[in-house]
Amino acid sequence: MYKYDEHDQTIVNERVRQFKGQTDRYLKGELSDEEFLALRLQNGLYIQRLAPMLRIAVPYGMLNSTQVRKLAELCRKYDKGYAHFTTRQNVQFNWPKLEDVPSILSELASVEMHAIQTSGNCIRNTTTDQFAGAIADEVTDPRPYCEIIRQWSTFHPEFAFLPRKFKIAVNSVPNNDRAATLVHDIGVQLVKDANGNVSYDIYAGGGLGRTPMVASLIRKQLPELDLLTYLEAILRVYNRYGRRDNKYKARIKILVKAMTPEVFAAKVDEEWAHIKASSNRLTSAEISRVKAFFVDPAYETLDNNPAELTAALANNKAFSRWYERNTDTHKKPGYRLVTLTMKKLGTPPGDVSDRQLEAIAELADQYSFGEVRVTHNQNVVLADVKQSDLFALWEKAYEQGFATPVLGMLTDIICCPGGDYCSLANAKSIPVAEQIQAKFDDLDYVYDIGELELNISGCMNACGHHHVGHIGILGVDKKGAEFYQVSLGGSSGKIAGHTDTDIGKILGPSFARADMPEVIEKLITVYTENRTEEELFIDTYRRIGIDPFKERVYAPAH
Amino acid sequence: MRQLIKDNQIISDTWTILTKEECAETIPAGNVLVPVKVWLANHEALVNRQDIGIWFEGDDEPEKIGAELTRFPVIAVNFPKFADGRGYSIARLIKERYQFTGELRAIGDVLRDQLYFLQRCGFNSFQVRADRIDESAIESFKDFSTVYQAAADETPALFHKR
Ligand code: SF4
Repeated sequence: MYKYDEHDQTIVNERVRQFKGQTDRYLKGELSDEEFLALRLQNGLYIQRLAPMLRIAVPYGMLNSTQVRKLAELCRKYDKGYAHFTTRQNVQFNWPKLEDVPSILSELASVEMHAIQTSGNCIRNTTTDQFAGAIADEVTDPRPYCEIIRQWSTFHPEFAFLPRKFKIAVNSVPNNDRAATLVHDIGVQLVKDANGNVSYDIYAGGGLGRTPMVASLIRKQLPELDLLTYLEAILRVYNRYGRRDNKYKARIKILVKAMTPEVFAAKVDEEWAHIKASSNRLTSAEISRVKAFFVDPAYETLDNNPAELTAALANNKAFSRWYERNTDTHKKPGYRLVTLTMKKLGTPPGDVSDRQLEAIAELADQYSFGEVRVTHNQNVVLADVKQSDLFALWEKAYEQGFATPVLGMLTDIICCPGGDYCSLANAKSIPVAEQIQAKFDDLDYVYDIGELELNISGCMNACGHHHVGHIGILGVDKKGAEFYQVSLGGSSGKIAGHTDTDIGKILGPSFARADMPEVIEKLITVYTENRTEEELFIDTYRRIGIDPFKERVYAPAH
Repeated sequence: MRQLIKDNQIISDTWTILTKEECAETIPAGNVLVPVKVWLANHEALVNRQDIGIWFEGDDEPEKIGAELTRFPVIAVNFPKFADGRGYSIARLIKERYQFTGELRAIGDVLRDQLYFLQRCGFNSFQVRADRIDESAIESFKDFSTVYQAAADETPALFHKR
């Protein structure tokens, strides 16, 4: 994991001091609400429906156990004793007091954390695959590149007031895109060129929200050292020409579409030609320096499937179910990737208490070299668990409610905070998730349905990524009442051939909240009636189309 | 006379900024800044005047003036709202691509908390809103002692030092 040197620490400390000054001036009345708004937004501080909300950066989802314990302590001390994992691999506190925020930031700085650029119209946290560094099929570990982008984008003086927020994601696996890069403003796909050198395919103009779009490839095989200067050229073109008259048309996707990807790419190239050789051009020395922070932990030499594991799998159905669903193949023999689910019935998706955070830190120290990763599905990954430890880990995780074996299944819902917390919401989203989880509480049935992504957003801003859910649910406002629009066939899928990321299609008129579980059940029934042996929900949908689903759901009652 | 922060000091402004309407008839003599669009439209009439500078709107393109930018004693860039960040890119182009060395001034909705970034993009003069200009604003140039990336202020990217 990256470790701060004196420069990184200085920048974060100076930010704490600067923000403290700004908060003081605001509380003394020397800054207007509007002026302070722009400043606090750059620091992840929103004033929400119920209280300020502070979003803390978790660069590309990586946390060490010291940081997790600090988060536990802070949410106990300054909040109501729980925190929320977001769909952007960040952490949110929902109830801090404004005057406490400078102290919270200063405590975060003591463990190399901050809230810089977690909101506002600037370059946000760069995200990547939650399994980075621990899987065999990646081109190279993407995290050093994410860290390089993080540093370049931190307090970039030119791009603090973009037309709209800006999100970059990096993926390094050829046929699997766990980071959903193609629905980001910029997607960086790490590839090897003909000589085996690392380079990047750059995609631009993807995004969710009101006008969902899949990003276009604008540069193939950008040389390794040119990453930052090329990103700078894209951002400059966007900063100058992106629309500022209408916030719904201000994302880069609208600009890329209006210009066409070809013209946009040419414009970027023209700009890039001028700055290619600037001081921001990377050096091999810098790439090696950052890579040195992401070397393998001290793995032992082990064999796959040790006796303890095979015995436990044979003897315990619940454990083997969890093993199948919630653990993944590791690049090292004798190890496994474990996903702890934060999706227990009765708690909003992604919410964790201070005690649970401490339990996560404990598990990380004991079983996974003291590191965890937050996923964009609002779960937590322990990336390096010995197979011989899995049973013991599972027992402890189970007690904490982290071992619901539904990963990737219908009830592993992605859900934004929605109307319970968010002032932009049209409708609540958490109760819908809970109703669906309650309706589908029979695990055998959930298993029989198989992999299915269900995503919920409380409004068009699409924090719950509803467009790319196999089933997407969007809260809408109908004459002041909360309704829900359903879409089918979205996918955040694979990058190969550029075809598997899809934006869902709207099923039809929206539904009242109370009807949602039944609507979902009908959709599932259409699937189970029509599927062939090997088809998942999304495959059946693609084969039979939307009409059979529509007919069932909107059929008049008898 | 209006106050200005220039090269870390509060000084009196000796330039007058003219709107497009104010340039409609004749352009008065004396230190005046005219809109880029006026400059481009009246190029022949104005090209020999030494007491003229120009000011940019967000949609004006430095590329349209090009190498001639270096002739002006003062160039200003307008920020209609502080949240409109186009001026940062415009400044970098003027400074870095066209090697402008005169006074580069931020005008409009310019607030203390933007000064640090503005300076890094090449501005050396700041028309801070009249009700907000004081010595403490100058302090904000020292908000950060280290930066990661290179911009227009000649600090190299941090990684070269690591
Ligand atoms: S999708 Fe809308 S309601 Fe949900 S968190 Fe985002 S802004 Fe708030």
